[in-house]
Amino acid sequence: MRQVEDVRSKMLYDYETVIRLDELNELKVKYLGKKGLITELNSQIKNLDKEEKKAFGQAVNELRGLFLEKYEKLKKRLEEDKIREQLEGEKIDVTLPATKIRRGSKHPMSLAIEEIEDLFVSMGYDVVSGPELESDEYCFERLNLPKGHPARDMQDSFYITPDYLLRTQTSSVQARYMMERQGKTPIRIIVPGKTYRREDDATHAPQFSQIEGLVVDKKENHVSLADLKGTLEVFARHMLGSNLDLRFRPSYFPFTEPSYEVDVTCFKCHGKGCNLCKDTGWIEVFAAGMVHPNVLRMNGYDPEVWGGFAFGPGWDRITMFRYGIPDIRLMYQNDIRFLQEFDRKDGE
Amino acid sequence: MILSRNFVRDYLPLDDDLSISDIALDMVKVGNEYDSCGPLIHATNLVVGQVLEVKMHPDSDHLHLCRVDVGTEVLDIVCGAPNVREGLKVIVALVDAKLPGGVIKSGKIRGCVSNGMLCSIQELGLDHKFLKKEDIEGIAELGDDAVIGSDAIKYLGLDDEVIDFELTANRGDELSILGLAYELGAIYNKKVGPIDLSYTVEKNCHDKLKVEVETKKCSLYLAKRVNHLKIGPSPKFIRNRLIACGIRPINNVVDISNYVMLETGQPLHFYDATHLGDTIVVRDAREGEELVTLDGVARTLDSDDIVIASSKEAIGLAGVMGGATTEVMEDTTSIIIESAIFDAVSVRKTSKKVLRSEASNRFEKGLDPKRTYMAMDRACHLLEKYASALVSDLCFTYDKTCVQDKVIEITASDINLVLGTKISEDEIQNIFSRLGFNTSTLDGKMMVSVPSRRLDISIKEDLIEEVGRIYGINNIKGKLPLLGIRSGSYDKTTRFIRNKLVDLGLNEVLTQIFLPEEMVHEYTLDDFETVRLMDPLSVEKNALRYSLIPSLMKVYQYNRARNLSDICIFEMAKGFYKKENTYSEEYKLCIVMSGEYYFSLGSKKMVDFYILKGVIEELLHALGYENRYRFVTGEYPLEFHPYQSAYIEVAGKRIGILGKLHPQKVKDDVYVAEISLDKLFVNKVGKNKYSELNKYPSIKKDFAVILDKDIPADSIISVIKKAGGKKLTGVSVFDVYSGKNIDEDKKSIAFSLTFEDYSKTLTDEEVNVLFEKVIAAVLEQYQAVLRDHD
Repeated sequence: MRQVEDVRSKMLYDYETVIRLDELNELKVKYLGKKGLITELNSQIKNLDKEEKKAFGQAVNELRGLFLEKYEKLKKRLEEDKIREQLEGEKIDVTLPATKIRRGSKHPMSLAIEEIEDLFVSMGYDVVSGPELESDEYCFERLNLPKGHPARDMQDSFYITPDYLLRTQTSSVQARYMMERQGKTPIRIIVPGKTYRREDDATHAPQFSQIEGLVVDKKENHVSLADLKGTLEVFARHMLGSNLDLRFRPSYFPFTEPSYEVDVTCFKCHGKGCNLCKDTGWIEVFAAGMVHPNVLRMNGYDPEVWGGFAFGPGWDRITMFRYGIPDIRLMYQNDIRFLQEFDRKDGE
Repeated sequence: MILSRNFVRDYLPLDDDLSISDIALDMVKVGNEYDSCGPLIHATNLVVGQVLEVKMHPDSDHLHLCRVDVGTEVLDIVCGAPNVREGLKVIVALVDAKLPGGVIKSGKIRGCVSNGMLCSIQELGLDHKFLKKEDIEGIAELGDDAVIGSDAIKYLGLDDEVIDFELTANRGDELSILGLAYELGAIYNKKVGPIDLSYTVEKNCHDKLKVEVETKKCSLYLAKRVNHLKIGPSPKFIRNRLIACGIRPINNVVDISNYVMLETGQPLHFYDATHLGDTIVVRDAREGEELVTLDGVARTLDSDDIVIASSKEAIGLAGVMGGATTEVMEDTTSIIIESAIFDAVSVRKTSKKVLRSEASNRFEKGLDPKRTYMAMDRACHLLEKYASALVSDLCFTYDKTCVQDKVIEITASDINLVLGTKISEDEIQNIFSRLGFNTSTLDGKMMVSVPSRRLDISIKEDLIEEVGRIYGINNIKGKLPLLGIRSGSYDKTTRFIRNKLVDLGLNEVLTQIFLPEEMVHEYTLDDFETVRLMDPLSVEKNALRYSLIPSLMKVYQYNRARNLSDICIFEMAKGFYKKENTYSEEYKLCIVMSGEYYFSLGSKKMVDFYILKGVIEELLHALGYENRYRFVTGEYPLEFHPYQSAYIEVAGKRIGILGKLHPQKVKDDVYVAEISLDKLFVNKVGKNKYSELNKYPSIKKDFAVILDKDIPADSIISVIKKAGGKKLTGVSVFDVYSGKNIDEDKKSIAFSLTFEDYSKTLTDEEVNVLFEKVIAAVLEQYQAVLRDHD
């Protein structure tokens, strides 16, 4: 039994000296290997007498158990130390600049229209388009603007021939769409698109964009001015701010009767008056009105049966207001730095 | 149209505590926009004073030291005007007075105390066109009746307030003080007062005046002779009201014609009767006919114009401008008054060529025949009163109009259905009565009689608008239409392409469609005619683009000029062309790439042909065109690099081009692609469906061959595919090399092949047989040398 005690103290001493994994493995060989100290004790058992055999065998087994217990514990600790050491060696400066992953960007006009399209599609509107080179018939005549009408002056046009022109308004698609439907089905559409007028000054560009909205339904389905108001409230508040008010001013457009210009509370000064709203507290955003019976009639819808409303904000204006872009020219200059500002999701 | 508060007061009593800006805002609410509103004269603290004493300034040869009585005190004022003299009544700007030129302060001028300023008319801030020589050169000389210490602006009669309205095109009736009075009357529920049309006529004057109306473009023509005129200045109130409304006073006769136009909206023309003769002909102008107008310009007319002619020649352009020969002058003693209605479209055309005037504007918007008669009488009344005229009892009348109040049938439910309101019938009737429309009831329907002055009202919807205006649009509560639930649709493809290209690192741009004509055929060999504008804004913008490339290159140059070099941009927009006499437009995608391009994680490379090709392929794959397109060579537009460009074909049809730009076109390495989306989308794409994954492993084999440099990779690939058969499911090029160890006219090209079988595991033997077959085919086809294989 003294032999067992000797090996035990030796083992305990040896464990104190192990600091690396390879030393631990050597230790295992030293004690449990083929010629290991504990293995040797084991081989001595057979030489002992019966009485001693049991006690000795038990002691050796305990010693083996102790060795393995200590071994597992130490192994785990040393392995952890080793990994820690390795990771320490991999230390990096997390404040160094990142590797660039560059996405492109949508034009702010596209960002705005995608949002508007999603809103109207959710309300059951179709988004449709039409030609930019338009006939006088669809751009004017079918919209209750016969040749010589003084209101044509409001829209100085780029003619290509006496009968063809660059459309001055997306309303031309109203006529096309109604003619396509032949007065048979209700209509709910918005028409985003480019429009052109013969003007070029500080506040007008020859090319700009509009979004036309048109709802036509049986009169009894209540497509009234109040419904137009509600629709524009949803539109304006969705795009420009939930706490805005709208102001309707009676106006005149040949294709609607009654007609309105619609202002929205100035979002810069909240109605107090500032340079943006020219101290009125209001910003003009929409032209709107109830579809003129002549327009319905000329495009195949019986005005005794059908009624509806139309509206059109400037697409450029609504984009500028939405993103606080101060000058329309910025949107057509396409400075890459300007474009890249719009590579992010909008806050909700 | 400018509203003068003093002028409108003649016809409508407005509460004095209603400020001019209140009135303006109330008018906005019913649809009358304005540009500006406020007092006519913005200057303050001006009183009537009398100069008691004038001495020369000791240190100046033109300044005077004046003692001026302003009622409450006597002020020392230094004045430089040459006409200052003792006893003169003057306008004194007291200390702290605000004038357009600044605030008056007490101080010393060259050492002498000055507590105010004596003013000229100019210094009050009147527009230059209203000023006479004496208004500018010296201080204003007030009459003896001016009360010392009283408000000088009031004494001058310039204590008016004005609103400059920007009216809508349909409200021609509001181009008159009377029209504005009716509108205000409806807002404030007040009745418009009568207008004095009385005058005495000279009996039996045996007027030989003969008028012939030979054109259909004149529906009403009145002419009357007025004799014994005494030309002189107009009374102060007429002058001041003209000034308030923006018209320059001239003399009593001319001023009366303008005054009546402002009052009634009916433009008048006065002809000097002596120079006119006894015959007036109203007719269409003859093509090429000549006329010298009032402004001294000789004009050539065409048949769209209407002329007024004497027995000899044209003497005026109807509704637009009179002729020089019959102008009212200082020595005019008798005139012919013309009050007429000319065709709106014709006047509009003529005035566009000649001059847009107050008169032509009114003809263009349409006139009420009742006002045509009213204006004639009103002019006679005023001429008698203020120019001692004798009015002839004969009035030539040509009248093809039929003036009747329109009667429109309407019900309360018609109105409420359109407005979405519940306005009661009583309230509706009240609104009509405020507007001056009479109503009666017939079979439960309202019969609304619309006065002829309201030319803009002809149908039910017009009446509904009127009710809405006066009821107050902002009193109507918004709601949403009760429409059937359905899902809407939008152009998903455009949005998909936009998302894909943005993901690939490109920035979307928005450009204008205008180009100078000579640039339209750049970047294309297509056969088409340029679309030109008839009336362009400039030669830089006189045509419409066919290709989007010139527009995007402008964006490129704009950014390069700002030292930005990594420019990867795209736009989807239309190009325009004319072919076989038809105008068409085509939806296109254009991409311009240059500088560094960042792709996958962290790597970046200078853009080259293959990066642009990769972008195009990725897009075509994403749109569902995998295996349906080809890149083919051909003859390129001059702007492209002849050996680094290609056409894109889908289903054998050319849909676009890509390539490097020619170094003579742009110095930098710029790569450009343009695809006709319209042509691409002709090819339909099926639904995206799951296809089974292969359960069995695939085997990869590589080989490299040396062959002639000019052999295009895609032809080798098609040889490989043909030889490999169905089990060869993938071919890619992983290396192209020429240089050391390779003959100058040769290249080494390395392919990686993937073999698969969907029904079993392929054996090495099977694959080797196919692999050898492929290599043999390539070697034979191109007399190639096998470099390596594995």
